[in-house]
Amino acid sequence: MQYQSKIWVYGGLVLFFLWNRDINKRVNSTKVKELIILIMEVIAQFMNGLNLGSIYALIALGYTMVYGIAKMLNFAHGDIIMVGAYTLSIAMSFLSLPAPVAIFISMAVCALLGIVIERIAYKPLRMSSPLAVLITAIGVSYFLQSVALLIFGSQQRKVESAVNLPSLLIGGVEITGEAMVTLGVTIFIMAALTSFMKYTKTGMAMLAVAEDKGAAQLMGINVNKTISVTFGIGSALAAVAGVLLTSSYGFVGPYTGSMPGIKAFVAAVLGGIGSVPGAMVGGLLLGIIESLSKAYISTELADAIVFGVLILVLLVKPTGLLGKKRIDKV
Amino acid sequence: MILLELKNLSIAFGGLKAVSELNMKIKKGELYGLIGPNGAGKTTVFNLLTGVYRPTEGQILLEEENLVGKSTIEINKKGIARTFQNIRLFHHMTVLDNVKIGLGNQLKYSVLEGMLRLPRFFKVEKEMDEKAIELLTVFGLEKEKDILASNLPYGKQRKLEIARALATKPKLLLLDEPAAGMNPNETGELMKTIKFIRDEFQMTILLIEHDMKLVSGICERITVLNFGSELAHGETNTVLNNPQVIAAYLGE
Amino acid sequence: MKKVITKRNIMVALLVIAVYAALFFLVNMKVLNRHYRSLLAPVGINVILAVSLNLTVGFLGELNLGHGGFMSIGAYAGCLFTIYTDLPLAIQFPLALIIGGAVAAIFGILIGIPALRLQGDYLAIVTLAFGEIVRSVLTNMKVTGGAGGLKGIGKSTNYTIVYIVAIITILIISNLVKSRHGRGICSIRDNIIASESLGVNVIFHKLLAFVVAAFFAGMAGVLYGQNLGILKPDAFDFNKSIEILVMVVLGGMGNLTGSVIAAVVITLLPEILRGFSDYRMLAYAIVLITMMIWNANPRFAMVKNNVYSWLHRKRGNAR
Repeated sequence: MQYQSKIWVYGGLVLFFLWNRDINKRVNSTKVKELIILIMEVIAQFMNGLNLGSIYALIALGYTMVYGIAKMLNFAHGDIIMVGAYTLSIAMSFLSLPAPVAIFISMAVCALLGIVIERIAYKPLRMSSPLAVLITAIGVSYFLQSVALLIFGSQQRKVESAVNLPSLLIGGVEITGEAMVTLGVTIFIMAALTSFMKYTKTGMAMLAVAEDKGAAQLMGINVNKTISVTFGIGSALAAVAGVLLTSSYGFVGPYTGSMPGIKAFVAAVLGGIGSVPGAMVGGLLLGIIESLSKAYISTELADAIVFGVLILVLLVKPTGLLGKKRIDKV
Repeated sequence: MILLELKNLSIAFGGLKAVSELNMKIKKGELYGLIGPNGAGKTTVFNLLTGVYRPTEGQILLEEENLVGKSTIEINKKGIARTFQNIRLFHHMTVLDNVKIGLGNQLKYSVLEGMLRLPRFFKVEKEMDEKAIELLTVFGLEKEKDILASNLPYGKQRKLEIARALATKPKLLLLDEPAAGMNPNETGELMKTIKFIRDEFQMTILLIEHDMKLVSGICERITVLNFGSELAHGETNTVLNNPQVIAAYLGE
Repeated sequence: MKKVITKRNIMVALLVIAVYAALFFLVNMKVLNRHYRSLLAPVGINVILAVSLNLTVGFLGELNLGHGGFMSIGAYAGCLFTIYTDLPLAIQFPLALIIGGAVAAIFGILIGIPALRLQGDYLAIVTLAFGEIVRSVLTNMKVTGGAGGLKGIGKSTNYTIVYIVAIITILIISNLVKSRHGRGICSIRDNIIASESLGVNVIFHKLLAFVVAAFFAGMAGVLYGQNLGILKPDAFDFNKSIEILVMVVLGGMGNLTGSVIAAVVITLLPEILRGFSDYRMLAYAIVLITMMIWNANPRFAMVKNNVYSWLHRKRGNAR
């Protein structure tokens, strides 16, 4: 808290100084204009970052949920996004269904896929080491990518935006409809997920399974079913992320999901894995960092910077920004 | 002579005081028991002694040297070795290799000598093999030396864990429920082995146990823990007849 | 010293010579066409990569998804050295190998530092992040030639050199895992809490595994560059790391012989079976998933344990 107030004070002083200097010098108007343009640009990049960041946050929510409850890193989570995006594209362009129906179908397909994957690939490994589970998850990720590659080819496919909202102009900064919807949807889903966990029976069962699988089973909770539901919800969220991602970028290919998936995991770790608000904070932060580094440092190095942030966070605070410390039992 | 002394040892997890103000003195060569109902904080005491947890207060003195703040690895080097309540063997390694891990802090060669198989590697490995087999023979495990540890029957796994701890040449051996899951015959045999270890290696042993037959059979002195604090301590038979102790075990 | 000359060691030495003699015959008698001859060096390089990765994945039990990153660091370091120095080949080449290995090993220490505090999924992601960082930095540097690649590397290796380096790698790593340090590394995999309670220096052993693996990956990188004559950052991406992982998993984690065989099979299979390359990724995926599920099956685990014990007893007697 102390640090934060210090930052505010110093930041305020610097701003005051800059403002004062400008007044004193009575700089010519072109310089002021340049400054305003620069600020506008930064704000625009910031909005880009929020858009990207809320997609990361949405994916990170799914990661965090599965990680918290099934205690595994579902490496294939990102590729479920890709499946969701392909489903949407087929439903909209081949079957020419209206967007809401297509989104619903995409969510249902992904939820089912998530449950099936868990049953076939992860369930036999409940007792295995985390290493074995992670390797399997990487295998599943590769599987989804290669199947998509065999069916659709490596050519990226154009997808119509499922969002039909005009852009908004606020003080010279353009905010696209997609960005507004993305941020809104992410906040809504986070709130819905939090209350789902808190107030429904299934949600509480999830929390119980996250705490202690054995004890939960003894209390009459169907652990297998709860884990299935977790995967189902997590994958449906991935589908939503897929819809939003392709709405913003317009294309889908077999590898569409893998990078955002990995980055969303970075976001989840950044915010503290297992924490729902942490996923949100981590996702937004990561999106903003990425957008700003793309704009002002280097496009090629943006990924390196994002991953550098991850390594730094894990070095300084391995539990992430909002994560809780875990006590190992001996 | 006092080997281990605990002074006001306390630890709190959040608001819960798992162990509070525990005092204990163990003499060299003694067989000391730590008993108490489930959840009394016995294993926590072991974790404090071996540096897994750091006490919130108090001192752990091994031969008058304070061990508080030292890592598990350093504490092992100072001379405390332990076994675990839920057996923690190296499952994918052979019985012999399990013991040789314990020997690693006395018999050494460098990484390069190991990678290039220089003469010292062969010399030290031979010594290790001999010592390990000697230890395994004490526990009657020498025939199983090339079996994977996970393939041993349960009782022998417990014995292997003790042998492995002894291999580090400790001054103090901590046994966490050594008789758990054993039948009366096996327990009887284990009692003999523990006594034998004490006499043969002049070992000081602190053990946690629920089996009262074992405790009264081999422990010279005991401390009873209840809700993290000491209920009684002293000669085994006196303490076990203490009405307070009986009440704590049977419920009032 | 008596133990060096055992029946087993003589057999192994004979096998090594016999395999080389067979290769020599096949190459020099022109039994193999040009295409197949060009595959010999990559096979050896992949053997080095798989065997060294097995040290971290199979023996230490930590997933390393940045092996391609270590390989690329060694490749660029060693090949830049050959480009910018003018020494006789007999000195330059071995020096390049060692420099490539050493630079990769230094990065192994750097990445090992977070490894000291992390384990499991977190560590795996850090190694993945490391590989990606290396790739994008290499793409953006001038001295490495950027995305266009580093050109003008003298092609100064052949299958004989690769074969020798591969044999040395296998020998050193198998010696390491059978030494007290190797036991320390395996004990961390099996039960880290017990290792600490027995005084095993967990930090040192983890670092050792990472550094040795990185060193040999770096050497493999140098060989790769010297064999191809050009280096491109994209050759060392995440997919390369996964390819090596597939070799380790297929051969059996913690089984060096298995890694060697799997590396040979996985390198040659796409070349022998036509049209296989389309299904390459799918095959990798299936290998990873089925091997893990199979390993988790108690019945299979029991069979494996028994076979292992039997082999070990035989080996014990032979000593």
